[in-house]
Amino acid sequence: MKNKVPVVACSGIGKSLGAAAREAAFILAEDLRPDQTRIVALSLLVLGDEETRGGVAGRPAIAIDGCKLECAAKGLACSGASGVRKIAVFDVLRRHRGLKPEGVRELNNDGIELARAAAGEAAAVIDQIDEEGGGA
Amino acid sequence: MPDLPKKKIGLIACSGEELPEGTVTRWAVRKVLETLRPDDVVTLCLPLFLAGGEGERAFARHYPTIAVDGCGKRCAARATAKFSAEPAAGVVVTEEAGKCGCGEIGTARSLDEAGKKLASIVAERIAGETDRLLKRKAGKR
Repeated sequence: MKNKVPVVACSGIGKSLGAAAREAAFILAEDLRPDQTRIVALSLLVLGDEETRGGVAGRPAIAIDGCKLECAAKGLACSGASGVRKIAVFDVLRRHRGLKPEGVRELNNDGIELARAAAGEAAAVIDQIDEEGGGA
Repeated sequence: MPDLPKKKIGLIACSGEELPEGTVTRWAVRKVLETLRPDDVVTLCLPLFLAGGEGERAFARHYPTIAVDGCGKRCAARATAKFSAEPAAGVVVTEEAGKCGCGEIGTARSLDEAGKKLASIVAERIAGETDRLLKRKAGKR
């Protein structure tokens, strides 16, 4: 478990892109790369939970953020993760201009599609980390 | 008489991605914001406290907040106190689940019907705390 790459998603509760970031983390860790990744709760990093910080410190990690404030990436950086790889959902949306994500509690179909695209990009990054020998 | 800004309550959900109860906090907070008390609450983004969201920190210093946590670690309550000010009230989903005898509620990714029902119960609790903090009597919305 400890060797899995930590994945931290924005827990943005005000915008659909935050919800898409969260969904992307679940798609990545449960569907696409379940053996190589594990989700870490951003709230625990914000609080500075020692056990959680210990699990990410000095390791490569994936941050999936919904907006430019990059809370997930900053949370990982503050916790000592090395080489935080960033997936920015707002940039993914630029590459998929037809999508109109809506909803926070429940994303619409475009929001799910956006999350899948972001998760796909994150999976490629995981493969890259594996090739570099930094993953599981 | 001057038109004073309306007092609002800030809601802070833990959103914990590792437990279904974290997802319940999101559902409940959004329900209060969208349906139950849309004129009385705003949501604050917990990770912004760490990421330098001065607006978030300032709001929680000057307005009452309700921390909505999924479990006994109470990340939302403790992080709010650490970075800004003590929340005026707190709701913990696992405690509410114990009171209502809820069993399995789905996963962090997807709540089942029991999870959504629990979220509604938690939302009502948050709405009640909101009314209390705004000193509103029952039935006088």
